[in-house]
Amino acid sequence: MTEQHPENPRPRGEALTAEDTFVRKHRRNWRGWKFVGPFAVVFTFVFVVPICYALYISFFQKKMIGGEQYVGFDNYSRLFADEQFWSAVGRVTIFTCVQVPIMLALAALMALAIDSMKLHGTKFFRIATFLPYAVPAVVSTLMWGFIYGSKYGLVGSLNSVLGTAFDVLSPDTLLAAIGNIVTWEFVGYNMLIFYSSLSTIPHSLYEAAAIDGATEWQIVKKIKLPEMKGSLAITVIFSIIGSFQLFNEPSVLQSIVPGNAITTYFTPNMYAYNLSFMGGQSNYAAALAIVMAIITMAIAYIVQLNSMKEQMK
Amino acid sequence: MSISTIIRGDAERRQSRRAQKSRMKKVSRDEARERKRYRRMGFSNPANPSRSVLLTVLSALMAVYCLFPLVWLLINVTKTQGDFVTTFGLGFGSTFALFDNIARVFQYQDGIFFRWFVNTILYVVAGAGGATLLAILGGYGLSKFRFPGRKAVFAVVIGAISVPGIALAVPQFLLFAKLGLTNTPWSMIIPSLISPFGLYLMWIFSDQAVPDELLEAARMDGASEFRTFFTISLPLLAPGIVTTALFTIVATWNNYFLPLIMLKDSDWYPLTIGLNQWNKQASTAGGEAIQNLVVTGSLITIIPLILAFLLLQRYWQSGLAAGAVKE
Repeated sequence: MTEQHPENPRPRGEALTAEDTFVRKHRRNWRGWKFVGPFAVVFTFVFVVPICYALYISFFQKKMIGGEQYVGFDNYSRLFADEQFWSAVGRVTIFTCVQVPIMLALAALMALAIDSMKLHGTKFFRIATFLPYAVPAVVSTLMWGFIYGSKYGLVGSLNSVLGTAFDVLSPDTLLAAIGNIVTWEFVGYNMLIFYSSLSTIPHSLYEAAAIDGATEWQIVKKIKLPEMKGSLAITVIFSIIGSFQLFNEPSVLQSIVPGNAITTYFTPNMYAYNLSFMGGQSNYAAALAIVMAIITMAIAYIVQLNSMKEQMK
Repeated sequence: MSISTIIRGDAERRQSRRAQKSRMKKVSRDEARERKRYRRMGFSNPANPSRSVLLTVLSALMAVYCLFPLVWLLINVTKTQGDFVTTFGLGFGSTFALFDNIARVFQYQDGIFFRWFVNTILYVVAGAGGATLLAILGGYGLSKFRFPGRKAVFAVVIGAISVPGIALAVPQFLLFAKLGLTNTPWSMIIPSLISPFGLYLMWIFSDQAVPDELLEAARMDGASEFRTFFTISLPLLAPGIVTTALFTIVATWNNYFLPLIMLKDSDWYPLTIGLNQWNKQASTAGGEAIQNLVVTGSLITIIPLILAFLLLQRYWQSGLAAGAVKE
């Protein structure tokens, strides 16, 4: 077969053999780049170049005399000894370990309930649970912040009615209060991912199971839960990445929470932000960003990226 | 086409929609009857199980949790600043000030809220629109072609999904500052153009929705790759495109960190940054507390997205379902 140009096809009428199709689909040529090219170019500019640039400047420091100077791994060794950084990492780690399982469990239960077809008004529940996803983090945080407020918020009004003195925004419960906001924002999104994987199970399978005398619970355990495993990989990875880069909620809450309960190093990202935009230490912040990216990628990879890779092949 | 045919077409469509609706009603009535009959006989049809009150009540708790802040918002947009601070959070104020609040949102600080609204639309149309376009082309290309470097693209994109967006934003800012792009709309639009998740969705979706045989047939008929793409593949990809578009729109509309670091001039702010700035005003010394405007502005910010999700339900739900098949 001679080299074919897409605009110059083979003469009509000539039958296409199975071998031909195989060759055609798997023959390596550059045509695909016409489609992938634009994405790749912008991606390089927006992702690859900034990361390389950050890597580069993380080896420099601004000195009083002499301007930018190459300092090797100084920024990194300083970071590893930086207690504020590690306290921030510790905080988001605790946050992730508690918030992600709760949120995903709620999402999975809700997906199972909606998929069971046993609800009155299935459609309403599906959309009601998902709706918070369309609300910007800033607006969700403002709403919950106003609700939490002990001075003139809803919690405050409830306190004066009940004679109690709950303060959700006190330092002890602050992280839980933020966890609640994040859970509220993303539970519906995760529910939808679980639900879409459940809805791909053919109904004949349930019928067959029912004929064989399987109970509801057995159907859930033996058919539905295994099916959800694949989507679990995706939701776990996205949730871990999301909570490790916690920023929006504490940043917006800063003006609502009394005092300095939310410090400038509350989360690693807030620390990076304050370092580079308030402290003028962009080289150090770049080192921090690189380390955070490596930590997150390592965790995501360990957790389940491998299984995701399998699926995408 | 004359106006009368357009109207007639519209009327026909409305009629068919009405017919569809009544059909659905009939089906659900029949199903309800079947459930009743089966219950009496002690049977259960797995495709049409009887509704459970207990499960519905439990799910209703979840629905209340999800809707509660939105209900709070709807109640509180009707209050004046005085009522907002003094009255019970879930009760109405002494005056119904919704329309007054809306008017004031658009008048406050020489109507800067409207400017923020237009900015947000600009970022969404250019940023999310561009992101969707790039994701469609890229996902389709990765799914339908084998080309040198495909594996590398795959590996890099998988890696990119796990790079925290904010860890990336700091280097992006530093680079954009070097190029003099910060504090311009470009600094908001260009980073929004890339959506690894959108690419992933379109990739999976192209795998499923566009059969290779169809493309093969089009190629045999002499259609160029782009012509095949536009006339054959694009219509098949429609539900996936709506899904990808909705998710990139949400990501851009709701973005907070990127504009926070990139934009200093409040004339270029999107709604999210503007609202937060208004809210901060209450805690700064001598600042006027305008929480009623913050709350009303919040409602105006979320209405377009909620409407989009409600109206396009049919598309994005089928799009996501198809995306999940592979898992």
